[in-house]
Amino acid sequence: MTQPLTLHEQQSNPPRQKSTGMRLIVPLQGIVQGRGGLILGTLIPCALFYFFQLYIKRNRDNSSNTPLNPPSPSSSSPNLAEIPRTPSRSSFPGRVGSFGPVSVSSRASLIVRGNDSPYYIGLEKVSDDPYEKARNPDGIIQLGLSENRLCFDLIEKWMMENVREAMVGSDGEHLSINGIAAYQPSDGLMELKVAVAGFMSQVMGKVVSFDPSSRVTEKVVSFDPSQIVLTAGATPAIEILCFCLADHGNAFLIPTPYYPGFDRDVRLRTGVELIPVHCRSADNFLLSVTALEQAYNQARKRGVKVRGILISNPSNPVGNILHWQTLYNILDFAQEKNIHIISDEIFAGSVFGNMEFVSMAEILEKEEFDKNRVHIIYGLSKDLCLPGFRVGVIYSYNENVLAAAKQLSRFSSISAPSQRLLISMLSDTKFIEEFIKTNKQRIQELHYSFVDGLKQLGIQCIESSAGFYCWANMSGLIRSYSEKGELELWDKLLNIAKVNVTPGSACHCIEPGWFRCCFTTLALEDIPVVMKRIRKVA
Amino acid sequence: MAIEIEQPSVGLSKVAVSETHGEDSPYFAGWKAYDEDPYDESSNPSGVIQMGLAENQVSFDLLEEYLEQHSEASSWGKGSPGFRENALFQDYHGLESFRQAMAGFMEQIRGGRAKFDPDRVVLTAGATAANELLTFILANPGDALLVPTPYYPGFDRDLRWRTGAKIVPIHCDISNNFQITTQALEAAYEGAVAMNINVRGVLITNPSNPLGATIQRSVLEEILDFSTRKNIHLVSDEIYSGSTFSSSEFISIAEILEARGYKDSERVHIVYSLSKDLGLPGFRVGTIYSYNDKVVTTARRMSSFTLISSQTQHLLASMLSNKKFTEKYIKENRERLRKRYEMIIQGLRNAGIECLKGNAGLFCWMNLSPLLETPTREGEVALWKSILHEVKLNISPGSSCHCSEPGWFRVCFANMSEETLEVALKRIHNFMEQRKTARR
Repeated sequence: MTQPLTLHEQQSNPPRQKSTGMRLIVPLQGIVQGRGGLILGTLIPCALFYFFQLYIKRNRDNSSNTPLNPPSPSSSSPNLAEIPRTPSRSSFPGRVGSFGPVSVSSRASLIVRGNDSPYYIGLEKVSDDPYEKARNPDGIIQLGLSENRLCFDLIEKWMMENVREAMVGSDGEHLSINGIAAYQPSDGLMELKVAVAGFMSQVMGKVVSFDPSSRVTEKVVSFDPSQIVLTAGATPAIEILCFCLADHGNAFLIPTPYYPGFDRDVRLRTGVELIPVHCRSADNFLLSVTALEQAYNQARKRGVKVRGILISNPSNPVGNILHWQTLYNILDFAQEKNIHIISDEIFAGSVFGNMEFVSMAEILEKEEFDKNRVHIIYGLSKDLCLPGFRVGVIYSYNENVLAAAKQLSRFSSISAPSQRLLISMLSDTKFIEEFIKTNKQRIQELHYSFVDGLKQLGIQCIESSAGFYCWANMSGLIRSYSEKGELELWDKLLNIAKVNVTPGSACHCIEPGWFRCCFTTLALEDIPVVMKRIRKVA
Repeated sequence: MAIEIEQPSVGLSKVAVSETHGEDSPYFAGWKAYDEDPYDESSNPSGVIQMGLAENQVSFDLLEEYLEQHSEASSWGKGSPGFRENALFQDYHGLESFRQAMAGFMEQIRGGRAKFDPDRVVLTAGATAANELLTFILANPGDALLVPTPYYPGFDRDLRWRTGAKIVPIHCDISNNFQITTQALEAAYEGAVAMNINVRGVLITNPSNPLGATIQRSVLEEILDFSTRKNIHLVSDEIYSGSTFSSSEFISIAEILEARGYKDSERVHIVYSLSKDLGLPGFRVGTIYSYNDKVVTTARRMSSFTLISSQTQHLLASMLSNKKFTEKYIKENRERLRKRYEMIIQGLRNAGIECLKGNAGLFCWMNLSPLLETPTREGEVALWKSILHEVKLNISPGSSCHCSEPGWFRVCFANMSEETLEVALKRIHNFMEQRKTARR
């Protein structure tokens, strides 16, 4: 049964090789251009490119022979209480051998091989040795998890004042469990959909701006609760949409660099491919329609059917907000090719700075585009800081997609007591307004401080206006301008500086040396500590 | 005059447009009829009584009592440090305390006759997700699971829709009270092989839905031997294990394995959930318990798509570790279900209707074959329709459970009050009386 494994493994490798090759051409062209005339100018880079590719390939083959990394948790918060290991050595039921004669599916075999992406390895290392100011000051500082801890005090306060009634209902005198115990609609209670729609409006809609002549402009983007399907987190939301929009073997175009989790969420069980559309630092890593067009055509040549584009706005890991003109261009492109658009707007509430966030919903409210092809992903994990409660949103204008997604949501429904609690919290619009405002302020504060700290070390970040992270250019610190060099630096940062950051290669970035650093798990006073650590390898 | 060029509308996937979700079967059509005209004691006494939903409402008061007395379970107390960690916790390993509590609860249900290791417990948002997840792991698209008939209609969707797997039925009939036999297993297997279908496992539900009966020890041994012979997996959905009317009558596959010293156990996987035994389907708590390390690891990672709210895990961890409470609950719940069962069996008997002898579950398996116009599936559906529209009872026809013999119906009795059950029994009684007089 081993051959299918190898096939799958090979299938998942090509994107990496391609990007490495391209990564080499860029600097080479720069060197050779203008020297040696046309012939040398083309021959030399080609030859060098060929040899470099062989070199890289040999190295990768070597590294893939290293022993499997221990299984690591996915994008999860480190659980301080336990070590994530498989339970094969306990004295308990089940044989010690994990490779009994009865086999599992090829899909399963893929997962068991372990996830050797630095994204996951880093997360696991931190959970083994997490930094704690008092108890473990030499531990690894977590900058690899885009989690927001800045506003818990606000939520805790609200919980203390409101919680008992919020979760279990009451018939006046006694607790009544009937309301939350029974089967609920799999796509969420209507009251929660209404509350979430309201929350999304507050987050993405009302923007009060003051112009020099003191006129207040307020925009309102409204979300219709009946266009919502709720799921246990944004992770299944994305997967369900992919199951609805594409068949096994089809593909989505996705701008790079992108959130490493998409590789699992989009591809693992659906069999849908992700085709990278590379963005470059020269463009501030903003998407260009030319690149989209190129990627689309290349896919066509390969015989791969592109079913849609998956964008993140605000983007992760860069933190860009897409300009409304870009959104128009993407809509035009999708219309022309008759494909879908999935807009992951999960960081919409983390916007700070001067640029205004424009949701796809806002564009569609105003303009005449075919709405049936647009689907928005949202969730409460980022903007409400409650990833543990598992609340994700599919917002679609397409009735058929909504119908299918609603059916599929039965595999990933939100727990009823959590729904009740959140209905209560989200309906407290005054609290929510205050929360959103304070959250943005605190993120901005930390962002400014962190980026400034890096600047002092000579590390520049892309100018960003959203997200829990910054996109830092550490190419100056790496020895060889390549993925290998980048991973060496990542390793030094993790093991010497003891700081876990996410290397650009894990995000499929085409230029080596970029790192995503999340700062929302820190307090302001932690920043100097972080900078001191980074200085060790700077 | 310009001719409009119509742009082709953007297409959806095969999964999205497929019929595999099975929403057109009578099982779901009955629900619709109920939704449109639901019975209510005071406001709609002539509405449709829902007897097609296997939900357990008989022990809510026990849960409410617990929650009233232990309010710290549903809150994090004043200034408790636990909240932060909990709100952030999205680790697919699940809360350790909750896994321990689940393992302990599963042991209690089996009277301590089997041990469960908390590290083998994988959490999912409901048994629906657990069954689908296991299928993704054990079978490739096009592969098959053998499932004894009659079976829970939801399997057609849960096991096949996104996974691309097939269900090959193991035919059981009334001649031996619908028990699974080795001949039936072999026949199903050979049939699949003849169609070039790769069989990856057997999936049994024990206690059975819709039969409402536990599987005998000798039959479990046979099924395990068969799976070992063919070197395939065995999934035992034990979601009703806590709903057996008497503790001693349920034998879990875990006990069989323990008796065999866990030899060849890496092919066995148990599915459990709190939706039936604890009556908390809204909480979305399911689990896969596997004796296979690879399956545990894989299932755990894949459970990212179906995590249980950390808040719910926290709440239930404390409740389920309260041994005093769980022991009392399990015993009391069993007793109440048994009483309900006896009530409905007696009531049906008085109306001249016999049921399969059952000892578990939230439903009984009723035999209406004498009433069929023709002993066919069509005859059964016609009878079902008249019961739905004339008697105003939504019950599940055997054909939606893929029963090979027409005339059987699953009737749920635990999702309503005793009074409502009385009303339902009266309606059935009248219906039978009318048919008798009509024939004279």
